[in-house]
Amino acid sequence: MFDLLGTKLASRLLLGTAQYPSPAILADAVKASGTSVVTVSLRREMAGGKAGEKFWSLIRSLGVRVLPNTAGCHSVKEAVTTAKMAREVFGTSWIKLEVIGNHDTLQPDVFGLVEAARILCEDGFSVFPYTTNDLVVAERLLSAGCKVLMPWCAPIGSALGPVNIMALRSMRGHFPNVQLIVDAGLGRPSHAATVMELGFDAVLLNTAVAKAADPVGMARAFSKAVDAGREAYDSGLLEPRDVAVPSTPTIGRAVFS
Amino acid sequence: MKLIVNGEALEVEATTLDALLKELDYEGGWLATALNGDVVPAAERAECRVNEGDRIEILSPMQGG
Repeated sequence: MFDLLGTKLASRLLLGTAQYPSPAILADAVKASGTSVVTVSLRREMAGGKAGEKFWSLIRSLGVRVLPNTAGCHSVKEAVTTAKMAREVFGTSWIKLEVIGNHDTLQPDVFGLVEAARILCEDGFSVFPYTTNDLVVAERLLSAGCKVLMPWCAPIGSALGPVNIMALRSMRGHFPNVQLIVDAGLGRPSHAATVMELGFDAVLLNTAVAKAADPVGMARAFSKAVDAGREAYDSGLLEPRDVAVPSTPTIGRAVFS
Repeated sequence: MKLIVNGEALEVEATTLDALLKELDYEGGWLATALNGDVVPAAERAECRVNEGDRIEILSPMQGG
């Protein structure tokens, strides 16, 4: 079991709920992934509308925990207000904090992120900040009260995978006792396995599953990759070497000349 | 009275947030509300007065990544 802020979870894969071809496929993908946590959001409801009710009923039927986000927020004020509204609707103090700073890359505004994180932590939230792999920003977020960090490995929805392995490795090394969840940019199960092999505690992804030709199959594939990567990390990976080392014992080999 | 509800100007009779939700046919316990950028918890909507030109946000759960 994976202990996330005192909550025991069966899986180290957190899954987004957006962009699936249908609600039924979303539900099947969540089940196939084995995830215990899905991300959700809040949007304006039309007068008399039932869209929110239908979606929320579906999520509750899946028996998973929700991690609401502040997606689309570009200011501290927007993010803080959205987080408080999410706490009211979803009944959880967990919040995936997004303060977007750039329209093209969806890069977080790390200055606003730290400020919003401090406000929300002081208000009793468990803040999961969507951040970059910058170590100084990470330090600031921890000082603000965050217990978990969620660095990107590439821009949201890009499917590029871990474009800066050294930075991720460095982050893992600098914060050995902080739970680190790679959020955003994963495209393939092998990407997930790679970051899990580095010792990251979990991954959060959405687009790579939702936009796959078969989201249910891809959810299952990511689940296996996350498990494989974690087990590999726990088992102690062999470090690369520059010379060949025979795997077959040389003692006792026949000599023919 | 004119209010801005979810970005749209509306002429309404309601003078409280709770009454506004009923007038506009919003139902259910899954809604979140804000008045001029500040959250109004469900328990406080009946006491929350709305005034000319107020901006009200009414949000509900939806898919997110």
